[in-house]
Amino acid sequence: MSTAARTTWLRELIRKPFFWGVIAIFALLALNVIKDPNYLALSVNPVNGNLVGNVVDILRASAPILMIAVGMSLVIATGGIDLSVGSVMAVSGAVAMVFMKDAGQSGSVGVALGAIGLALLVSAILGAINGVLVAYIGLQPFISTLIMMLAGRGIAKVITEGQNTSATNDPFRWIANGFVIGLPVVFLFAIIIVIIVGLVVRRSALGLMIEAIGINPKASRMAGIKPTGLLLTVYILSAVLAGVAGIMSVGTVMTVDVSRTGYQMELDAILAVVIGGTSLAGGKFSIGGAVVGALLIATLDKTIVFLGISSSATPAFKAIVIVVLCLLQSDRVRGWFVQRRKPPMLRTPSLPAEPKKQEVSA
Amino acid sequence: MTIVQNPQAPQTGAADAESGFAKLMSRVKRVIASNPSVLPTVAAIVIFIGMVVYGEVAYGRIVQYNTLSNLFINNAHLIILAVAMTFVILTGGIDLSVGSVIALSSVAGVMLANAGWDPMVVIVLMILIGTAMGLASGILIQYFNVQPFIATLAMMFLGRGLAALLSTQPERLADDSPILWLGEQFKVIDGEKVNDVVITPGVIIALLVVLIAFFVLHRTRTGRTVYAIGGSESSSALMGLAVPRTKVLVYVISGTLSGVAAVVYTSRLGIAQNITGIGWELDAIAATVIGGTLLTGGYGYVLGSVVGALVLGLMNVLITRDGGIPPEMTTIITGGILLIFVLLQRAVTSKRRT
Repeated sequence: MSTAARTTWLRELIRKPFFWGVIAIFALLALNVIKDPNYLALSVNPVNGNLVGNVVDILRASAPILMIAVGMSLVIATGGIDLSVGSVMAVSGAVAMVFMKDAGQSGSVGVALGAIGLALLVSAILGAINGVLVAYIGLQPFISTLIMMLAGRGIAKVITEGQNTSATNDPFRWIANGFVIGLPVVFLFAIIIVIIVGLVVRRSALGLMIEAIGINPKASRMAGIKPTGLLLTVYILSAVLAGVAGIMSVGTVMTVDVSRTGYQMELDAILAVVIGGTSLAGGKFSIGGAVVGALLIATLDKTIVFLGISSSATPAFKAIVIVVLCLLQSDRVRGWFVQRRKPPMLRTPSLPAEPKKQEVSA
Repeated sequence: MTIVQNPQAPQTGAADAESGFAKLMSRVKRVIASNPSVLPTVAAIVIFIGMVVYGEVAYGRIVQYNTLSNLFINNAHLIILAVAMTFVILTGGIDLSVGSVIALSSVAGVMLANAGWDPMVVIVLMILIGTAMGLASGILIQYFNVQPFIATLAMMFLGRGLAALLSTQPERLADDSPILWLGEQFKVIDGEKVNDVVITPGVIIALLVVLIAFFVLHRTRTGRTVYAIGGSESSSALMGLAVPRTKVLVYVISGTLSGVAAVVYTSRLGIAQNITGIGWELDAIAATVIGGTLLTGGYGYVLGSVVGALVLGLMNVLITRDGGIPPEMTTIITGGILLIFVLLQRAVTSKRRT
């Protein structure tokens, strides 16, 4: 209760890796409020009781990014990378749309579930191919997923015969556009999946083992962890989550555009993970950080459009953000800051070592 | 007369090759035995010859002047990119930004040219844009310890985004623009009807790039350092080689050559758009890997990458000739070929280690 306790709590918060991500979200929202004072206004639709407003839009747009960001953070924790998430999204969306189109325009729940099941199955197969190439054959992760990134878009084009495919199915549409207790279903789904993954990974030894592979594969194998099965699982999980993201993103318009769905989403996922404070070198991950990162990206996307800049220019802004974050992670830049902070450190020489250790274990 | 002469030329060549065939085979065998890393390059050459033979038998009109000249004209930019990628991959790095560097450089170049700038200045600027992007990724990688594929991925999106900021419409060069001269076709040998050997200044630039790259990699200190870094970075640093400078240099080379490729490509098409070159980084990587350069660095040949680029180009020709394969399969086939070659490399390297 004392002020000292409060300041340590505050200091702890600032030291959290995703603290700056939260600050950035508020900064972007503030920027929007300056442009339009009513930006944050929420209203309740009198007809169906749904919440309406820009913030709800941001939450809805963040759902697919949340999915791929969580998958990507696990893959990066093993010291790998999954560049194929965007293409897997396109494949999953294409499978779902073609399935529903061929099933006729019936709006039954069964068709929707079948489409989702098939889409996730195909995504899992693509993920398994990545996983086998990385875990059992020992290819570099980025090259095997790069091949999948290229081939995946081709597969999506073959599935849809190169055309934008639309279908109508109300239960499927509801996933992306529906509301429950005033909130968008798609966001609730995303949060539930994130919580499940988070609990499974953090309440069991799974997360620890994943991180161990990323820190030192040889040492973890000697400690009795079988890296192959875990790696395979992680890549399959990443692809399935990307498949969910694909379903979410085609569901909003009920059309799959094979060259646009999930395009450049791999950067979003990597960016979300880096914003969340996960080092790209692997060895640790933070699900909470990935969530903050995904929300920040959704806010950034909406802000850029809101400020009237062409949406095809957003990659440039994201690239700048990712470069800055990578710079902040590098030892050289950290060294500059440490040098500047040296005088207070000299006074309490035992302190600087401790917080670093905490950061690693967190 | 000409009708009889034309088919005769390849026949005499074939006879010559047949007499020396056994000799050649034993020589190839000896080279492979002494240096297994040559195997993928040899495989690429065999595949290229196989594709030519198959195409000639199945579709015809492959081994003739205009098809082969067009193969070079249409893939001049890819050859340049493959050479650029070879430098980077030899050091064990990767450059994913080449495609979007081309987009940025060509959109900027065409807009400047249309704004009335001097064409020479425009061409130099287009190349310098590539140099700047390459320098940026090189500095990020060498001095800030960013992984190569992350740094160049960021550059890839930066380039695409900046190109989109400039324009999202196709930008067309004026019909009388002097830059188009680089894409103009000159007849070298006048065959019957359209069966001519034609060449463009763009192809000459590409061949010059290949020659210079070959010289730099095999005959200079810089080239030896490039190979050494790929073999073992720490060992080459301990040996006193200029590792930091060379590592930045390969990305600068890659960026610069992407700028050159942008000039060659734009001069051939006369149009630039912000979506130009999507997926070309993969074509360039595929060409390099097919040509026998190890993705882990240290082994590889520039001439192999050229063969790799021609294999990809010829594959496109065959797919178009066949007509039965949907064009969207092209990316899957490229991916499949790349995968096969990466697996082949894996097998070769693991054999060497044991």
